[in-house]
Amino acid sequence: MVSNKTALLMLGCPELPVQTSLAIYLVNRLRGEGMETTIAGTPSALSLLRVSDPGKHYVQRMIDLDKCIEELAEKRQDFDLGFVFIHNDAGVSYLATLHSLSKALLIAIVFGRETDSLVEACSSMGCGFLAAKAIHNPMPLKNKIDEVREWAALKR
Amino acid sequence: MGCIEEMSYEILLGNTSFKECADFIKKNYREIYYVPPGYKIFDVYLIGVPPIPLGVDNDFVILPYIKPCHGSFVLKVPGAGEIRSLRSGK
Repeated sequence: MVSNKTALLMLGCPELPVQTSLAIYLVNRLRGEGMETTIAGTPSALSLLRVSDPGKHYVQRMIDLDKCIEELAEKRQDFDLGFVFIHNDAGVSYLATLHSLSKALLIAIVFGRETDSLVEACSSMGCGFLAAKAIHNPMPLKNKIDEVREWAALKR
Repeated sequence: MGCIEEMSYEILLGNTSFKECADFIKKNYREIYYVPPGYKIFDVYLIGVPPIPLGVDNDFVILPYIKPCHGSFVLKVPGAGEIRSLRSGK
């Protein structure tokens, strides 16, 4: 299946264990729909992915988070879908920034302990949500990812 | 965003939320400019919930600065050239 669509996964601080596994699961799902995927993250978040997927079976392109913001701000690239992983206040700011700089359909993946307040903070940005109080167990969010039959069919 | 971290800066408020940083700047400085996310200053593309307030205090820029793992900070950075750009709207 080839969709010719592109997706960005913007990761936050990797202190919560579910983030890395969900990112790999989601890129595998998106690649299965023929989408080209890029993961943006901090050096530590990207390092976790490199170690988790040494053969690059799942992760295609990776880019430093700051470099990604620069590319978007300078209009050198954009994406069809944008997933922002949010478990703290900084994540909300990155979602707002992506909302301002990109034409992508945005999905906030909200997890951690304070999901209600984070979802509320993001609610004015016109994005979709996958939210669950997940810290160590990725299954609640994995199940929500699975509930969407075809990500590539989503349009802004 | 290494450039600011290599500069001489002072942390006025640290490890807090973006909203508290924005409120701190709006409350404590009279000369304020509002910029969108992605605005480039000190070779940094600003992150935040728009509109992002930037304060000016003599030859210093007062700006919110976000680190994904450490929260939001308000920094005071010397920047006469950046202030000229803010005042001229460029």
